[in-house]
Amino acid sequence: MEKDVFYHVAPFSGFTFPNETEVPWSELIVIYPYITGLVAGAFVVSSLHHVFGMERFAPISKFALLTSLCFMFFAPTPLLFHLGQPTRALNAVLTPHWTSAMAAFGYVAGFYICLLLLETWFSFRADIVAMSKSRTGIMQKVYQALTLGSDDVSPRALHTDHTIARRLAMIGIPGACGLHGYVGFLFGSLKTREWWSSDLMPIIFLLSAVGSGVGLLIVIYVITSWWRKKPTDGGAMEGLLYVLWTGIVVVTVIEALEMVQMIYKAREGVEGVFALIQGPITNSMVIQWGGGLLALIITSIMMLYNTRGKKLVFWLFISGLLMMIGVLAMRWNVVIGGQELSKTMRGLMTFHPEAYGRESLITVSMLFTAPFVTLYLAQKLLPTVWESDEKEHEDKVFDIHKAI
Amino acid sequence: MTTQDTKIEKEAGDLSRRDFLGLLGKGAACAGALVSAGSALASAGGGAVNALGGVGPAYQQAPEQYAEAVKNPPKIPNYNWTQHKWAFGVDADLCIGCLRCVEACKMENSVQMDRNHTRTWVERYVYLEGEHHALVDSIHDIKNVVPGSKETRFKFDDRYKDGQFEGKKVEKAFFVAKLCNQCEKPSCVQVCPTGATYKSVDGPVLIDTKYCIGCQYCVQACPYGARSLNHERGTAEKCNWCYHRITKGLQPACVEVCPTGTRVFGDRMDPESPVSEFIRNNKVSVLQPAMGNYPNVFYKGIDKEVF
Repeated sequence: MEKDVFYHVAPFSGFTFPNETEVPWSELIVIYPYITGLVAGAFVVSSLHHVFGMERFAPISKFALLTSLCFMFFAPTPLLFHLGQPTRALNAVLTPHWTSAMAAFGYVAGFYICLLLLETWFSFRADIVAMSKSRTGIMQKVYQALTLGSDDVSPRALHTDHTIARRLAMIGIPGACGLHGYVGFLFGSLKTREWWSSDLMPIIFLLSAVGSGVGLLIVIYVITSWWRKKPTDGGAMEGLLYVLWTGIVVVTVIEALEMVQMIYKAREGVEGVFALIQGPITNSMVIQWGGGLLALIITSIMMLYNTRGKKLVFWLFISGLLMMIGVLAMRWNVVIGGQELSKTMRGLMTFHPEAYGRESLITVSMLFTAPFVTLYLAQKLLPTVWESDEKEHEDKVFDIHKAI
Repeated sequence: MTTQDTKIEKEAGDLSRRDFLGLLGKGAACAGALVSAGSALASAGGGAVNALGGVGPAYQQAPEQYAEAVKNPPKIPNYNWTQHKWAFGVDADLCIGCLRCVEACKMENSVQMDRNHTRTWVERYVYLEGEHHALVDSIHDIKNVVPGSKETRFKFDDRYKDGQFEGKKVEKAFFVAKLCNQCEKPSCVQVCPTGATYKSVDGPVLIDTKYCIGCQYCVQACPYGARSLNHERGTAEKCNWCYHRITKGLQPACVEVCPTGTRVFGDRMDPESPVSEFIRNNKVSVLQPAMGNYPNVFYKGIDKEVF
């Protein structure tokens, strides 16, 4: 019990308020916006095909959608682990206090999970029906249940599926932007912390989310292709390069603008901001900016020289990984950094994460591994995730139909 | 009997107890959670099993007692919260930094007995010769914990002994008491996702500890660092000007024990109350007015360095 009391107590220097020495939001709140960011980014890629009809993304659009769904399942879990009274979590949904940005979380997340589930179902319905006919034993029952009794795979029905999935994706784009812009608002709307209190915060969160989400897709796509012993699709990789490059450029510029504004305005406490950057968050700032800039340089060179083939796969993989690491460091800098700078602006805390316990690095790694495991299971359940050619796919469905 | 006591006596009968409980709702339960802690005054030491029969630091209310207090709210005399507007004054010129207020608060309100969680605290400001900024320290500095007390007792150390510090002469020094400002526009209430924390009609911002989910958004939002998390309850924790005492016509514990009259408390609806006089007779200021929270703690004699 006594250990709990001193759980997140950080060493401090300068003048801080006594209550501040305990850092309220730990590494779990770092991982929360990170996971929602990955959801938003992956969803944007899937929508490029589903909504805008960009064919180059066809080979990965279903996979991107499934990735988005699997990560979204776990987006609220870090918050649940963080609450002092997790069993009361639904209080915020049952009796929301609407002046609080946080009160909307249950609704925003719930809406988004439903939307993703629906879109996934409509996108995969034909495959599920096909498998409910071809599989045997318990798996047949599972697939039959998943069809929800709708086993019509006539061209008209498939067209309806496609139309509905597209419309859902259209709603999903503002939804994804809203979900992540909202997370930025949670931080940016707090006037007490100079490091957070920026009007650009929602935009920065959103753009970096897209960057990290695309990075995640690249990383998983390359690894799974290697695992499946299948070549990566050249067109899709090029498309991912363009999206990643755009993401990095925009997010780097906006983040730099925010820093310059903060420093140029030089409001009371700007010395504290300098001290924070030169003190507790130096390393993570180097990782954030280093990762971002390195990814920017690599992708820019590939854009310049029209790199293709194996080189593109390798360096895009590296860039995607760098972007993911850079954005994770950025989340740390925002969430933990903001709390390490005292509200007095004249003191600093140094947060040291715990390795074991409820709010610890082990919990974070478990919560971050869970979406990958879920994604693995999901693609086992829906093996057609990699089949992009809808025409070929439809034929297969009809074959099975004929066989019956 | 003070003026306030008399006034509250007069009010008795205006409102039945049931009405009052209905009116206060969650607030009464919240105050109830605090009531049995007063007996903790008897136990001074820390240790595994404290004098309250609970495990944990001394003064911390045992879980059973907390549950009982929440279940059976205390009998509070009739009280009409529309007829009061409580306010607090701090005369920094009078504070001697004895920290009796901090200890009294911890005992009265079963606040966690470590230096990192507190409902009220005192800051020491010291200007050294030739310096433009003050050195500030408070109870969270380990040097200000009485040795061997397991962080249950506090005393400003004598680092500025003989008016010297690291070879420099002390030019100016003063103490400033801090506590929740019970703001007119509290950011903590604005951000609470469940409405577990709310602004009472008579001023104090209260917490329903049965409804709080422990997200700590309020801790982040308070510009004054007045909030913390009670780890044993998993809920937010803050000063409520001893709501269980003031509704009975008593003074908050910190005001009661202050030996110099630094802390002034009263009803702004009563022009003769100590705080009304304090505000009327002095040039007072509030902390961080730019935050737009409109605090209800009024300071006299604070310096530019006080944040």
